[in-house]
Amino acid sequence: MAGLYLHIPFCRQACHYCNFHFSTSLKLKEEVLRAIRAELYLRRDFFEKGAILQSIYLGGGTPSLLTGYELEALFETIYQYFRVAPDAEITLEANPDDLDEPYLTQLRQTPVNRLSLGIQSFSDEDLRWMNRAHDAAEARRCIEQVQAAGYHNLTCDLIYGAPTTSDAQWEANVRILLEYGVPHLSCYCLTVEPKTALAHFVKTGQSPPVDDDKAVRQFLHLMEAMETAGYEHYEISNFALSGHYAKHNTAYWLGAPYLGVGPGAHSFTGQIRQWNLPNNPRYAKLVQANAPWQSLKGLVWEEETLTPADCYNEYVMTGLRTKWGCNLLQISAMGDFFAAHFTKQVETFVVQGLVRRQDYHYALTREGKLLADFISAELFYTAVAGN
Amino acid sequence: MKNIRNFCVIAHIDHGKSTLSDRLLETTKTISDRDLKEQTLDDMDLERERGITIKSHAIQMSYLHTDGECYTLNMIDTPGHVDFSYEVSRSIAACEGALLLVDATQGIQAQTISNLYLAIEHDLEIIPVLNKIDMDSAMIDEVAEQIIDLIGCKREQILLASGRTGQGVPEILAAIVERIPCPKGDPGAPLQALIFDSIFNSFRGVIANIRIVNGTLRQGDKVLFMNTGRQYDADELGILQLDYVPRQELSAGNVGYIITGIKVSKEIKVGDTITHLQNPAAEPIKGFEDVKPMVFAGIFPLDNDDFEDLRDSLEKLQLNDASLVFEPESSAALGFGFRCGFLGMLHLEIVQERLAREFNQDVITTVPNVSYIAYTRKGEKLTVRNPMDMPDPTILDYAEEPYITAQIITKPEYIGAIMTLCMDKRGILIKQDYLTQSRVEMTFHLPLAEIVFDFYDRLKSISRGYASFDYQPLDYRRTDLVKLDIKLNGENVDALSALVHRSKAEAFGRGICARLKELLPRQQFVIAIQAAIGAKIIARETISAMRKDVTAKCYGGDISRKRKLLEKQKEGKKKMRQFGKVEVPQKAFLEVLKLN
Ligand SMILES: Nc1nc2c(ncn2[C@@H]2O[C@H](COP(=O)(O)OP(=O)(O)O)[C@@H](O)[C@H]2O)c(=O)[nH]1
Ligand code: SF4
Ligand SMILES: [Mg+2]
Repeated sequence: MAGLYLHIPFCRQACHYCNFHFSTSLKLKEEVLRAIRAELYLRRDFFEKGAILQSIYLGGGTPSLLTGYELEALFETIYQYFRVAPDAEITLEANPDDLDEPYLTQLRQTPVNRLSLGIQSFSDEDLRWMNRAHDAAEARRCIEQVQAAGYHNLTCDLIYGAPTTSDAQWEANVRILLEYGVPHLSCYCLTVEPKTALAHFVKTGQSPPVDDDKAVRQFLHLMEAMETAGYEHYEISNFALSGHYAKHNTAYWLGAPYLGVGPGAHSFTGQIRQWNLPNNPRYAKLVQANAPWQSLKGLVWEEETLTPADCYNEYVMTGLRTKWGCNLLQISAMGDFFAAHFTKQVETFVVQGLVRRQDYHYALTREGKLLADFISAELFYTAVAGN
Repeated sequence: MKNIRNFCVIAHIDHGKSTLSDRLLETTKTISDRDLKEQTLDDMDLERERGITIKSHAIQMSYLHTDGECYTLNMIDTPGHVDFSYEVSRSIAACEGALLLVDATQGIQAQTISNLYLAIEHDLEIIPVLNKIDMDSAMIDEVAEQIIDLIGCKREQILLASGRTGQGVPEILAAIVERIPCPKGDPGAPLQALIFDSIFNSFRGVIANIRIVNGTLRQGDKVLFMNTGRQYDADELGILQLDYVPRQELSAGNVGYIITGIKVSKEIKVGDTITHLQNPAAEPIKGFEDVKPMVFAGIFPLDNDDFEDLRDSLEKLQLNDASLVFEPESSAALGFGFRCGFLGMLHLEIVQERLAREFNQDVITTVPNVSYIAYTRKGEKLTVRNPMDMPDPTILDYAEEPYITAQIITKPEYIGAIMTLCMDKRGILIKQDYLTQSRVEMTFHLPLAEIVFDFYDRLKSISRGYASFDYQPLDYRRTDLVKLDIKLNGENVDALSALVHRSKAEAFGRGICARLKELLPRQQFVIAIQAAIGAKIIARETISAMRKDVTAKCYGGDISRKRKLLEKQKEGKKKMRQFGKVEVPQKAFLEVLKLN
């Protein structure tokens, strides 16, 4: 398995909660796109020989800010230097305000076969509070147009737990999406990330902190509603009708290798994590087709090699978030002491009904899902204390 | 001797003592610009960070005066915090004069005044200096009036200076020579040398800073420390510049150092007198006191296995902090540790911080307390330094607690608020004097236990910083104490137990419970926090169970970031101690006292 991620670091306006890497000035857009194509060329040998891309994901930022022409140019470069499976999942993240009829017509000329829509809510009050660029009517129209244009392989993002989001509104948001028959849904609890406008508002008292009890209620409702509607809760924040798992993201959770291209993008070889520094001007200036990638180390990108304990910890952390859970056999393969540590530590959670064991598999129960971070941290192996 | 001048600098924290000292060193070319780190005299990292002098320092300068003669100036830098008053008094005893340094934008503060009176008592010649006159907010006339009020000098005698610009520095040097008398004393008389400070050096052992009052000390002399009764060889002696500069002899009037091979600071008592073994002085220099710790607290290793390491670290710390005392103790909740005595809360914090920084020791400090005297029905008299040692009410006849005399200097508009605070702290107003129209000195008798806790911070906040504070031990008085226990999910945490006055127990209990509620992390279960006297619960708080701990997003770049975050949280959890099932973070033990 191999996946390719492209980071498009531009947005029309900054959502208050967002800590992704993006710029609201589009001045460097062309330059950055040129550099992204250069990076694709420079890192064409990232994967083992003969590897075939099973997924391509354009995320950001806001990839739907790119014109059809710009997208085509990117794909041309991708297909020139990488082998792409004929049935590869090719996702574009898009904001509702960008997806009008003409844009969808252009989009159909590209290999994109899956859209990820940043809906967030169907309430104007929520959307204003989040400082989204679209309103509730646009959110609805967008889904309808996309479906009318033949894009049924869709996923939508929703946010719960915001101060403006009442329980009733949240229930409505979930219901509306189910009514549209969208086959995949990502739902995120609002979190106050450092260095965001929201963090500032909370600090200065302009916004209340996240109400944990409310977030729990809305998450529990979500799980129920989705289960009733026949969706699988296959990752903490992700729900899908059968056959509609996000291939690209699932690969992240299973520890498969991926190449991330563009400012701020991360890559993983299975052993080494690399990340491009989140700096558009520097990236645009230094990434040139004639500058060997290795020569840009420290300037444009950095890396870290995972220790066996790091690998184990990441496996526990991501694995537990999925419905497949953690597999003891796989942990044993990383080292018997990890398996011993895991079985010893996990017992309390099994007894408490937070983790369910089935043969060699350990997965979170519904209650456990609320405490996923706490539980994985307890199961972590940290060198100093050895537990 | 007629060309020697010994002086100290009396100043409140931040009034510019270090800056001005650096200027003096620069002007007399004692140090070159190259060596002039900012504030040369405060050389412990902690001192620089906190901007206070913890240890005394001394330095010798050569100054060419306008009369064409060269003078030896010994400057002694004194500690600037109430916790260290005794050391100040010894430094003062080593001098003939003092610079009274006052920030012209602030005016005189209480700490300055008590040190000033100490200097006047020792007949020191006072040279008043108004500092920071380069600042627009300098209130030269008003502060000059204050000074005149206080020491009865003439307006012309007050020097104006700025440590920042160097203005007035030559005049200060001239005044030191012209106004401060040269030391008296007889180089031929039997030796009397006053130890005014001691410094631990890991290579050379303990170095004592001394002032020769009478006689002459030579290298190789056999000497006797009159108060401890111990004998040593004067292995090395010399004068203090930026480094130690050895000399064959030091004679009456001079200031310098002596190294005798002493390895442990507590063997040297500040204030002791050194004399010759042969032909000793008839009596020691007056004013020696064996300083007693005022505040006691248990210090326990975070991890029980580190007990021996902690002992080792405390011993090393004691090498250069003679006022730290400790003895082993054990606690039901915390295992083995040490009951330590400190000069005050600042001293306690410094020790804890130095343990962490210099010795990498993570410790838990229990609720501090003062030393009580308990009288049993059988007529026994017990010293109680740990709440656990207080006899049971059935055995106890009565107890006494230590009182202090406190001086607070403030502006008249804060008198009301300060009265209220001190009454609340069970204080008695003894007198109230207007030093100037806008400055009033209030004197209280207060139980020491009341100022150990949040007194100083509250004083600062109710007076918007315009109150300063100084205190001296007074006596022991009869009191009505109760032992307040803190329970977490029903289990007693003896590290949080405290002896409190009966009238305060309820408020104190409520305060501690509320503070613990803020300090304890949520856990998977409900935590009940209770304050109890005996079997009676007097306050309670509940922390609800953690319902949710899960981050929403976990894609490509999030994975390692999140792993690191969780690993860090897990590391943090190791800095907790478990009581029953309840985990208490290390920092909670000291923080819990910062009630508001
Ligand atoms: N403007 C001005 N600032 C000064 C002067 N002397 C000291 N300061 C500042 O006042 C603060 C405290 O000075 P410091 O010498 O550390 O005071 P100490 O606590 O008495 O040793 C520092 O920020 C100095 O830079 C002065 O003459 N003028
Ligand atoms: S949430 Fe999406 S659209 Fe909003 S600022 Fe972040 S990346 Fe841009
Ligand atoms: Mg200083």
